[in-house]
Amino acid sequence: MKDSLRDIRLLDDLARRQNPINKLHPLVKLLTTIIYLAVVVSFGRYEISALLPLIFYPVVVFALAELAPGRILRRIAWVMPLVIGIGIFNPVFDHQTVTIMNSTISKGWLSFISLVIKCVLTVAAGILLVATTGMEKLGAAMRIIGVPKIMVLQLLLTYRYILLLGDELARMLRAYSLRAPGHRGIKLAAWGSFAGSLLLRSFDRAQRVYAAMCLRGFKGDYNTGDDAKVGVRDLQFLIGWVAFFLITRSYNLPFLLGSFLTGVIGQ
Amino acid sequence: MHMADALISPAVGGTMLAVTAGLAAYSAKKITNEMDEKKIPLMGVMGAFVFASQMINFTIPATGSSGHLGGGLLLAILLGPYAGFLTMTSILLIQALFFADGGLLAYGCNVFNLGFCSCFVSYPFIYRWFTRQGLTSRKILWGATASGIVGLQLGAFSVVAETLASGKTELPFSTFVLLMQPIHLGIGLVEGLVTAAIVTYVWRARPEILEKAAIGGALGDRSIKKFLTGLAIGVVLIGGALSWFASTSPDGLEWSMERTAGTTEIEATDGIHQLFADLQSRTAFMPDYGFKAPAGASSEEAISEETASSWPAVDAGTSAAGLVGGSLTLVLAALIGYLVSLSKKKGSKAAA
Repeated sequence: MKDSLRDIRLLDDLARRQNPINKLHPLVKLLTTIIYLAVVVSFGRYEISALLPLIFYPVVVFALAELAPGRILRRIAWVMPLVIGIGIFNPVFDHQTVTIMNSTISKGWLSFISLVIKCVLTVAAGILLVATTGMEKLGAAMRIIGVPKIMVLQLLLTYRYILLLGDELARMLRAYSLRAPGHRGIKLAAWGSFAGSLLLRSFDRAQRVYAAMCLRGFKGDYNTGDDAKVGVRDLQFLIGWVAFFLITRSYNLPFLLGSFLTGVIGQ
Repeated sequence: MHMADALISPAVGGTMLAVTAGLAAYSAKKITNEMDEKKIPLMGVMGAFVFASQMINFTIPATGSSGHLGGGLLLAILLGPYAGFLTMTSILLIQALFFADGGLLAYGCNVFNLGFCSCFVSYPFIYRWFTRQGLTSRKILWGATASGIVGLQLGAFSVVAETLASGKTELPFSTFVLLMQPIHLGIGLVEGLVTAAIVTYVWRARPEILEKAAIGGALGDRSIKKFLTGLAIGVVLIGGALSWFASTSPDGLEWSMERTAGTTEIEATDGIHQLFADLQSRTAFMPDYGFKAPAGASSEEAISEETASSWPAVDAGTSAAGLVGGSLTLVLAALIGYLVSLSKKKGSKAAA
C-alpha cells in the first residue's frame, strides 16, 4: 500500500528531472515506445538471438536518463510470475527437440526463454516511458493523437486523486489495525462500512473539488502547461530508433555478427 | 487477470485496442450528451477510490485468505455503464504505466476483459434485471453477486481466447479454460460480495447517490437494441480477425481445429492432442515451424530469411553463430550502457 504510493511519487519525481530523454517531446516517446512494443512481440515464438539487439533501446535510454536500475528491475521481477506461470507450460506441451552445439533442448524451453525475454523488454520499455515523461505530459501527448478530451481529463484527475485517497485510506487502515490488532485484513462485517465510508468521503470530496474548480474558472479543460512543438532532436530520436527496430526485425543481427566472427576465426 | 504484453501478438493487441478505442469514444460521446460536466471530477475521484480500494484486503471468512476489489461493477453501479467504463479505462492505464500491471499493447485486451465485461454485459443485463423493481438489500446482494461472477467468467474466458489466438502458449484450449474459469469463479464471487456490501452501505447511508446513477446510466429499450447490434458486429469483426490470425499460426490452427471438432469431453481432446504431439515429435524439424521473416529480393535479405527460419533447426554452425553473436550483442549493450552513463557522470562532474 505505502509502497505503491511511494512508487507513484518516485516515478513522478523521476519524470521531473532534466536530462536529454526527459526533454524529448512526449509524443515522440509515446510513439517510439508503442512501435518498440509492437516490434518486440511480433517476433516468432522460438526467436531468441534476433530479439537480443532490441535490448539496446532500454539500455541506452536508461543510461541517458540516468535512472537507477534497482527499482525498475524490481518492478520487472514483480510482473514475471504471471508470464512464467503461463509460459512454463510451453516445455510441458511442446516436446519437439532441437540440437544446439551438441546438446539437445526442447523447443518448449526455447519458446519459454523467448517469452521471458519479451516480457523483460516490454515491461522495461513501459516503465521507462513513464519514468522519463510523467503522467501530465503523457496526457498532452494523448490529446495530440486524438484521444477525447473527457478521457484525458478523467485520467489526469484519477491520477491526481490517487495520492490523496491513498493517504486517506492509509490513515483508515492504520486506525482499523489499531482497533483490531492481529487481524490480517478487513473482516466480513466491516466490508461494506469500511470501503463504503471511504467512498462517501470521496464523493463529498469530489463535490468540494468541483466547486473549487468552478471558482477558479474551470471550463472543462485541463491545462497541462507547456505546449512544446516537435523539434529536430525529437524527430532524430524517433526516426533513428524506429529505423533500428526495423533493421533488427528484418535481419538477425547477432547471427550475422556471429557468422562473421566464426567465419573469420575459421579461416 | 491483467495480461502482459509478452503474452499477446500485435494482431490481437491491435484488434482489441481498436475495439476499446471505439467503445471509449462511444462512451465519451454518450457522457458529453447526457450528463453535466459535474460528473467528470466525480469520475476522477471514483477512479482514485477504486484504485485505493484495490489495496484493501478483505478477509474471506473460514479460508484464511483475502480478496480484492476489481471495481468495474461497482463503478457501473455508482456512475452508470458509460462513465463507469471510462473510469475503468483510466484505472487500467495507470496500472499499466505505473505498476506494469498489464502492458500497453495488451491495454485493449485488459480494458475489454475487465471493463467491458462488467460495465456493458453483467451490469446492464444482470444487475439491472435483479434490481428492475427497486432496490432492497437482498436484490443488491443477488444482483451484484451474479454480475460479479458472470463478469469475471467472461473476462477470464476472454483472457484464454486472446492468449491462444496470439499463439504464445502451448497450453491446449481445454486445459487453459479448466485452469482459468474455476479460479475466477472464486474471484468473481468475492468481487460480487464486496461490491454488494459497499453498494448496500451507500444505499442505506445516502440513497440519492444510487438513484441519480440509475437515472443517468439507464439503458432504455432502444439503446439495448442498438447495443446488441453493436455487440454482434463487434463479435463478428473480432472473430474474423482472430480466425484470420489463427490460420497463419500453427497453434492457433490447432486450437480452432479443436474448437470446430466440437470437443465436449476433455479426455478425448487431451487424447487427440497427445496424438498430435506424438506425431509432431516424431516428425520434428519440419520446415514449416520456422518463423517467416519479411520477404525481400536482395541476397542479404534472403540470407536473413534463411537464418531466421533455421534458428530452431539442427545446424551446428548456425547455432554456434547465433550463440556467439547473441552473447556478443548482450556484452555490447552492457558496454554501451556503461559508457553512456560514465560519460554522463563525467559531464556532470565537469559542469559542477
